[in-house]
Amino acid sequence: MPDVIMPRLSDTMEEGELSRWMKQVGDEIHKGDVLAEIETDKATMDLEAFDNGVLEQLLVVAGTLVPIGAPVARIGDGSNIVTDGARPAAPVATAAPVATTAPVATTAPAADAAAPAALPAASAPAPVAVAPTAPTAPEAPAATPTPTGELRTSPLARKIGREHGIDLHTIAGTGPQGRITRTDVDTAILAQASAASVPEPVAAAAAPTAVSADSVTVPVSRIRAVTARRLTESQAVPHFFLTSVVNVERLVAFRTDVNASLETVGSKVSLNDLFVRACAVVLRAHPEVNASWSDGVILRHNHVNVGVAVATDDGLLVPVVADADQKSLAAIATETRALAGLARTGSLSLAQMSGGTFTISNLGMFGIDSFTAVLNPPEAGILAIGAATEVPQVRDGQLVSVPMVKITLTVDHRVLDGAVAAAFLRDLTQLLEEPLRIVL
Amino acid sequence: MTTEVATTRTITYRQALNETLRAELERDEKVFLVGEEIGVFEGSYKITAGLLEDFGPDRVLDAPIAEEGFVGAALGAAMLGMRPVVEIMTINFSLIAIDQIVNHAAKMRSMFAGQVSIPLVIRMPGGGGQQLAATHSQNLEVWYAHIPGLKVVAPSTPADAKALLTAAIRDDDPVIFLENLSLYSAKGEVPDGEQVAEIGKAAVVKTGTDLTIVSYSRGTTTALEVAHQLEAEGLSIEVVDLRSLRPLDRDTICASVKKTGHAVVFEDDWLSYGIGAEISATIGEGVFDFLDAPVRRVAAAEVPLPYAKALEKAALPNAADLAKVVREVLNISTTANDK
Repeated sequence: MPDVIMPRLSDTMEEGELSRWMKQVGDEIHKGDVLAEIETDKATMDLEAFDNGVLEQLLVVAGTLVPIGAPVARIGDGSNIVTDGARPAAPVATAAPVATTAPVATTAPAADAAAPAALPAASAPAPVAVAPTAPTAPEAPAATPTPTGELRTSPLARKIGREHGIDLHTIAGTGPQGRITRTDVDTAILAQASAASVPEPVAAAAAPTAVSADSVTVPVSRIRAVTARRLTESQAVPHFFLTSVVNVERLVAFRTDVNASLETVGSKVSLNDLFVRACAVVLRAHPEVNASWSDGVILRHNHVNVGVAVATDDGLLVPVVADADQKSLAAIATETRALAGLARTGSLSLAQMSGGTFTISNLGMFGIDSFTAVLNPPEAGILAIGAATEVPQVRDGQLVSVPMVKITLTVDHRVLDGAVAAAFLRDLTQLLEEPLRIVL
Repeated sequence: MTTEVATTRTITYRQALNETLRAELERDEKVFLVGEEIGVFEGSYKITAGLLEDFGPDRVLDAPIAEEGFVGAALGAAMLGMRPVVEIMTINFSLIAIDQIVNHAAKMRSMFAGQVSIPLVIRMPGGGGQQLAATHSQNLEVWYAHIPGLKVVAPSTPADAKALLTAAIRDDDPVIFLENLSLYSAKGEVPDGEQVAEIGKAAVVKTGTDLTIVSYSRGTTTALEVAHQLEAEGLSIEVVDLRSLRPLDRDTICASVKKTGHAVVFEDDWLSYGIGAEISATIGEGVFDFLDAPVRRVAAAEVPLPYAKALEKAALPNAADLAKVVREVLNISTTANDK
């Protein structure tokens, strides 16, 4: 029976953290049972069984980062139960398949020497039907994961291990298919030098560890790691900022009216929902802003999908209100609230975070007067919304207090120039100041 | 005050070949050129421009469209002490002359117990990417690199084109001189004065510590491009330009991989039984204990090269293919930019 492997759960996923096992060795498994929870770069998802049988062996301990396609567990008929085989403990000591009928002599070499499977037959006029691609000899086909217990090391790692008296069986490999490479041995040598004992290999360290009297290292979640990478990417984008001050007197009053009328249905609209709807309406009128830079061309999107930045304990998530320009204010309010809830429990689906064409980030509730947001690639714009502040104004010779909100648009300069972005922001400001039009 | 130190000039690969042929024709009256349309028409790729005019039809011979015939004639002249330089329009047409090259030129010195030597040079371009279709776009150099008795050189720069062609003409054994259609207009600095390369020596054209890319001819250009691109990502890539496919400089390859622990071969020929297979085996045999990952090869798709532009492009190995495999060997996750 095939091993259970780490599935690809999103386009950007490269590895997943097996955060929790939901079944134990010896448990009867039915197709569709949830075996484990996997934390990817975007969300926490269930790993379901594709086979019936008995969970015979866990190949990784909870908290381990596992590359896509690598085996994490084995389901069998129950005749080969191994209770302590999980990496990153010593992988070979618990070698499982010894007693099975697996032909040992043919498994290991086949994986490395396998021929490129996808090459078209030389005699067939293949180009007519299929575009050929320059082949690269694959190191090992994905379909043949390493049998557990087989020690995979590079020759160099073996040599260095020999020279330093390191038992490679005590090391966890971080290379492809768990191969022990020079880095792993070097790490082990360093660890051996600094402490008498061999260190525990990387697991799901969650607690901060002191590295000196002055600082501690805090391991980061997948979400934070992805946020860091994506925001770093976006810093390479040439961008500029435009700020506008919006008189929200009527917007606040409008919200009160709307909520009063919605009271009977038990729904409520926030200022943020009004911003989402207003942005969507103005984006529809300004297709040049509802766009992305893509490899030398500008993509104008047919749908207006507005992302809403949500702070969670694990980091920043941006659920997307799809087709926000087609939805009523009440629908947006309901949907945004549901999405934010899912975000906070880490259960947003990939689809709920994909396809955004514009993002809104609102720090008004934290009393922030104004700020600039970092672009959310590949979107061309993001709107940063500050808090409503009472500002004195002279009206008909009288001093009145007016609530004002500063909004700052960050723009990808490759997609938009200042004047075009300014026109968008001007229209948005006008719409927010005449809120009745938001629902038209 | 001015001092005359004009030690190099920037010229094209084509011009370097042309100037070298001219210099050798002037230096040694035993040198002559023969090939299809190399005289009046000045060569399909204009390598022999101006030479008929300056050296006359006894030194620059227009041959009929009969590769076996004129290669055989040049071989006979070489046996009698001349130093012929044959141009075959592309490596694809050398198949018609392959009996003369493999069964005669390569064998005579040893079969006649050293009584004759064959100072013959056969110049020919290989390479695809010009929409010349499957029969005119092949990279068959491995056919010749396989044969003891031949030398096969494949310069990647104008400077090497000059130094290796000079060395090939002065060598007493038959030398296959591999050019490449996409390199003829490439520019580079070429030292003035006489330059004679040592045939059989590879060059480390860029030093690095993380991984070695081994390539030759056009491939070296791409390898350098990728190496510099990956430098920006903090990867230190060494590039070995083979320059000579036979004899193969196994020492330089092994010394580089011993240092870096990782190797990728970038080749324009097909993967199976290609140049990369030989390099890979050389590394496995020479520096097994220093390898931190399997040697990988990036080669052309195993199909007769398509004519359609998009398909041709897809079938030929390019910089993105190479960068992807380099990252895989170094176990670095691929970024979205590569897609």
